[in-house]
Amino acid sequence: MVNLSINGLNVSVEEGSSLLEAAKYFGFPIPTLCHMDGLSPYGACRLCVVEIGEGPKAKLVSSCTYPAEEGLKVRTASARVLKARKMILELLLASCPQSKTIQDLASAYGVHRQRFRQEHEDCILCGLCVRMCEEQMMAKAIGFRGRGENRSIGTPFDIKSDVCRLCGGCMYVCPACRLRCTYNEPEKAICGACANLSPPCIEKEQFEDMMCFMDPCVACEIKKD
Amino acid sequence: MEKLNFIEQFRTFRRNCLSQGDSVVPTIVVPAGTCGRASGANELIRVIEQELADKGLTEKIGLRVTGCHGFCEMEPYILIEPEQTFYPKVDPAEIPNIIEAVVRGDVLEDLLLKDSESGRIMQKQDDLPFFNKQVRTILSRNERIDPVSIESYISIGGYSAMVKVFENGDPKWVISEVKASGLRGRGGAGFLTGLKWKMLAEQPNGHGKFLVCNADEGDPGAYMDRSVLEGNPHSIIEGMIIGAYGTGVTEGILYVRNEYPLAIKHFNIALRQAREIGFLGEDILGTGFSFDISLVKGAGAFVCGEETALIRSIEGKMGEPRQRPPFPIQKGIYGKPTAINNVETWANIPVIIEGGAEAFAKIGTKNNHGTKIFSLVGKIKNTGLVEIPMGMTIKEIVYKIGGGPAGKSEIKAVQTGGPSGGCIPANKFDISIDYDSLTEVGSIMGSGGMIVMDKNTCMVDVAKYFMNFLKDESCGKCYTCRKGTQRMYEILDDISKGKGTSAHLRLLDELAHVVKDTTMCGLGQTASNPVLSTLRYFKDEYIEHIEKKRCPAGVCKELISYSINENCVGCRACVKACPEGAISGEKKQRHFIDTGKCIKCGACRNVCKFEAVDV
Amino acid sequence: MIRDTEALSSEEKDCLQESVNSKDILGIIETHNGKLGGLMAILGDIQTEYGYLPEQALRMAADETGCSLVDLYGVATFYHSFRLEPQGKHRVCICLGTACHVRGAATIVEEFERQLGIKVGQTTSDGEFTLETVNCLGACAIGPIVTVDGHYFSKVDITKVKSILEKVPDLKKVPAGLLQNEEAKAAVSG
Repeated sequence: MVNLSINGLNVSVEEGSSLLEAAKYFGFPIPTLCHMDGLSPYGACRLCVVEIGEGPKAKLVSSCTYPAEEGLKVRTASARVLKARKMILELLLASCPQSKTIQDLASAYGVHRQRFRQEHEDCILCGLCVRMCEEQMMAKAIGFRGRGENRSIGTPFDIKSDVCRLCGGCMYVCPACRLRCTYNEPEKAICGACANLSPPCIEKEQFEDMMCFMDPCVACEIKKD
Repeated sequence: MEKLNFIEQFRTFRRNCLSQGDSVVPTIVVPAGTCGRASGANELIRVIEQELADKGLTEKIGLRVTGCHGFCEMEPYILIEPEQTFYPKVDPAEIPNIIEAVVRGDVLEDLLLKDSESGRIMQKQDDLPFFNKQVRTILSRNERIDPVSIESYISIGGYSAMVKVFENGDPKWVISEVKASGLRGRGGAGFLTGLKWKMLAEQPNGHGKFLVCNADEGDPGAYMDRSVLEGNPHSIIEGMIIGAYGTGVTEGILYVRNEYPLAIKHFNIALRQAREIGFLGEDILGTGFSFDISLVKGAGAFVCGEETALIRSIEGKMGEPRQRPPFPIQKGIYGKPTAINNVETWANIPVIIEGGAEAFAKIGTKNNHGTKIFSLVGKIKNTGLVEIPMGMTIKEIVYKIGGGPAGKSEIKAVQTGGPSGGCIPANKFDISIDYDSLTEVGSIMGSGGMIVMDKNTCMVDVAKYFMNFLKDESCGKCYTCRKGTQRMYEILDDISKGKGTSAHLRLLDELAHVVKDTTMCGLGQTASNPVLSTLRYFKDEYIEHIEKKRCPAGVCKELISYSINENCVGCRACVKACPEGAISGEKKQRHFIDTGKCIKCGACRNVCKFEAVDV
Repeated sequence: MIRDTEALSSEEKDCLQESVNSKDILGIIETHNGKLGGLMAILGDIQTEYGYLPEQALRMAADETGCSLVDLYGVATFYHSFRLEPQGKHRVCICLGTACHVRGAATIVEEFERQLGIKVGQTTSDGEFTLETVNCLGACAIGPIVTVDGHYFSKVDITKVKSILEKVPDLKKVPAGLLQNEEAKAAVSG
């Protein structure tokens, strides 16, 4: 067992636990976007940052990837943590305002506006779909491509993947647009999350621009051609 | 080459190497690193070879092609040994005269460098202020050897540190020497090398360990690692053998940038030679110790200079850094303990072992021992590589060694540490150059790039340049690094186009701090430094862009216009230079710029000898 | 963006097949497979051979090395020196290191773009030139630097752009400037 303190509470957790697991177990809420039980931790969204250490050596780390260490002092909601989370949410809102998940989180943290140039992206590159595809579906049909601002998720060569089994797992876990394609009637397909976009699978000509890796879509069964 | 099986055989071999160098003949030394070649060293070498052959002087005058010596500004230059006569910027047409002078034992004074103030002729290399203020422990070896000859390296004492270690026979001694020397990692973070090795040696050796030489020198504006690899590859191999012996490692890797073809070539040659002679491989010199090095080429990713990303890259994956702990020293390449050191660190190892830790620790200041190589580039008179003892002030480097500004414009800042570093304003030039002082003023040592900026450099533009670099070089995994650098670039771009507001400035500052705080790896955590340090020292420039819509340095195109003032004598130089034909005017009459056609490229300003083009 | 190979005509498919010599690629893979940094070396060598990474070659590499195509494609797109599109006959590369930048490299990029009529990363329609930038070649003292097919041009300014492009046909393809002496030449060929 490893002994550490979380928000002043002395706790012990099993060796190999992450700070996120430890905090959650003892009832300290930490928001996450790229984390999901059953998938390996990735540390991409940075929303789960917590403050560790003391004095000038105090720093923020992503709790989902940082291991619980003996004697560590963890603060899950210090002023520094909250300031960082708010800025992350502001950045997310500025790029992906249509996501219900992001809207809810922003609201919970009192982020009501964003000061950047508004974008409408349909992917925050959290990588949940990539890990779902690889770790739970054992398919490896989609993956990250490129780097930096040109990073994206998709199939190799943007060609329909040979190994995709159309399981829909990638769409199921997507936090940016979770409710996409749950219905196949135009009125119902608008979940509100993607209100800034045309309903993805309804207008066929829009299909190519969507972050949809399935052809045909398992939910609405609309084929590309 | 015959394989050496015992230490005794090495001694004999070394004596032979030395005796070959006994017959002292005047030697022409041509530095031909990548920069030398780009400046015309190849042509010089060809002409010299031809001339020596034609005149039957090949026996009487030696020619040595070496790596870079550091004074790139004067390239292509040649040195005449043993007097060390320094001929700068040599025209191939002068070669016959120079060779004749060498035969006569004479010096061609007209071709020598003159001191710009006193007019004094400076004949020898050591007369030049650029060289004589330096302490060139590492770089001076570059000029003494032919980088593709192992005999040449051995003849100046190469590989004797390795043999010293073998004879001592105690790996712990190696580590204690390196620890006692106080050598800190030259890659920028400044971790104690001896401590790192001790930790590696203490790791369980179940499935092997790795030593890596990090030659992914990605900081734009820094090229000391390239110079050492090109000019003295054997010193790296020797350093790594010593390190491997001390830490009990059998596999070494050199991870080198793809952008350094000559360094890769020279290192491969050196590897082949070291294997042939038996310094790499099984049972080295009969000691029972085995070690070999493989070369892995990068493929153009700045982030791979970060340790965990470098490891991923060697494993054949995307260069995404990962969470530490576990540290590479615990779990590195394929999960095996791995220690990664920078090229310059490795080059210092033979020096420490050969000269002793105590002698090494005497150079420099407290906690900052030894020398450090900097690449002094940008708007400076003497560009090149300079090696200085730690603790020298920036002022000494910039004004004494570097000779001050390149043009008439005053120097206003130096940028150190590459994209992770910051800009240090001229009023802070009195600080000493060491790991701690640089961090204090908001920059870092980094790998040693030192880019000099003058009044014609716009600091908003510099910050924007680095953000543009980083948004492309970020691996893209951490949201705050990927999006944060994009957004910082966006704001800086707006400011540079006169669309900025004071709210922008506050947002930029806020965002920069969050990016610094919330990203995982060194790249992200330092990505804000260019913005934060320019905001800290040059906020007035930002405000000028925002409030007056003016770029004081005359760089940001949207905020400037070109015009020709009354200094114009009508020489038509700018008319010819203008790619758009935007300048008109009769000969000997003042010209005019058609602002409608002008693309603000600055070509006219560059060619004008009368300072008649205003921004 | 979704593209279907089935949509290709049989002729087009043949072209795809012919462009890649599977024996060569297998040879490259065999040389490096399983070694440290092997995958990077395989991709590097394929690129040296073809000037880019053909789709078929990547698929073969994935099959032979046991690395999934998704991961391999990720690596090929992550590193900037790997290219997935065929390149022009001549490669013009402008250094954008800090030292080159403060000496005006950005305007040189613009001038090359104007002269060639393409943007960075593109190839001219006649297949002659590919324009690229690199984040520092480490020859900072003599910047701005432009390389064409491995030949270095130093202290380039906007007025020299045209003459560099005019010189290109006369440049030898081999980066001869990088060979040092007889031994180096022997080592390279051997």
